[in-house]
Amino acid sequence: MIDERQLISVLQNGIPLVSHPYAEIAREINSTEDEVINYIQLMQEKGDIKRFGLVVRHRKLGYKSNAMVVWDIAEENVDALGQCFGQFDFVTLSYRRPRKLPDWPYNLFCMIHGQDKEDVKRNLKLMIKACDVQSIQHELLFSTRCFKQRGAIYIHSDKTDRVAV
Amino acid sequence: MALDNIYDHDAFQNTKLTQRLLNEYQHNFPVTSTPYADIAERLGVNEQTVLDLLKELDDTNVLSRVGPVFRPNRVGVSTLAAMAVPEHKLEKVADIISSYSAVNHNYEREHHFNLWFVVTAENKEQLDNTLKDMQLKTDIRIMSLPMEKDYHIDLGFPLKLLEGGRSHDR
Repeated sequence: MIDERQLISVLQNGIPLVSHPYAEIAREINSTEDEVINYIQLMQEKGDIKRFGLVVRHRKLGYKSNAMVVWDIAEENVDALGQCFGQFDFVTLSYRRPRKLPDWPYNLFCMIHGQDKEDVKRNLKLMIKACDVQSIQHELLFSTRCFKQRGAIYIHSDKTDRVAV
Repeated sequence: MALDNIYDHDAFQNTKLTQRLLNEYQHNFPVTSTPYADIAERLGVNEQTVLDLLKELDDTNVLSRVGPVFRPNRVGVSTLAAMAVPEHKLEKVADIISSYSAVNHNYEREHHFNLWFVVTAENKEQLDNTLKDMQLKTDIRIMSLPMEKDYHIDLGFPLKLLEGGRSHDR
């Protein structure tokens, strides 16, 4: 039997760049290559794995600017607008989150990327027009400094703490 | 092609290959015994070439990793946290937050809430403890905004800019 916790702990750091990466992972967690492959496929089918492949650092690809757009949207419209915003290729996240009144009135969050600030603003205008949300209150929060960016580590071990950031 | 241009020709071919790797394998990466050989076959090159190009992307920090992106809250829990940090304390507080292995993204943003970071944990209790610990260490209140619903289908990141590359999407 494969230990899911162990497998995820190794997978979250990425698979090795060697001929038989899944066999190497299997050795690390005392499993077999077939078990590892089957379990990954199972997690893909269940939707626990959203995608599998190259994970790139967008800043290095010329997307120097990113901004979080937050919207204050009436409950009955959140689902439809969340989906509308989520369809653009420059939007990498579209999530509903709780409001925290009075400090924070926003309940829908999108991450928008662009080559520079102007590009991000153009992209936002495109979203506003396409999803017809001219009258909805929103704020654009540009990132000015990145202190840390790497894959999510859900399971902590000595090994994961050595991951380069 | 003239022989003296062979290196430039190789470099050009490699740039094109790198582009294809980045464009075609951010999703649908083979989960097979020899994934890199399988990709190589589809691209019409040998396995070592694919491995070398990926290592180069890794060395230059373009590649974060090859592997799964887990669906939020399916495997473990996470939250988006925000703090309103006085400007003169920002770097110090950001360093404290970044030092947690539970934190992956940590950004300064232009807003009254100027520090935004994602905290992950195996379960809710562990997450709450981490947030409490952060508030104690920084003496700043955290606004925690866990995801309630995901509307986005992550198909990877579109590649538009690579030296000598051509825009092909949108």
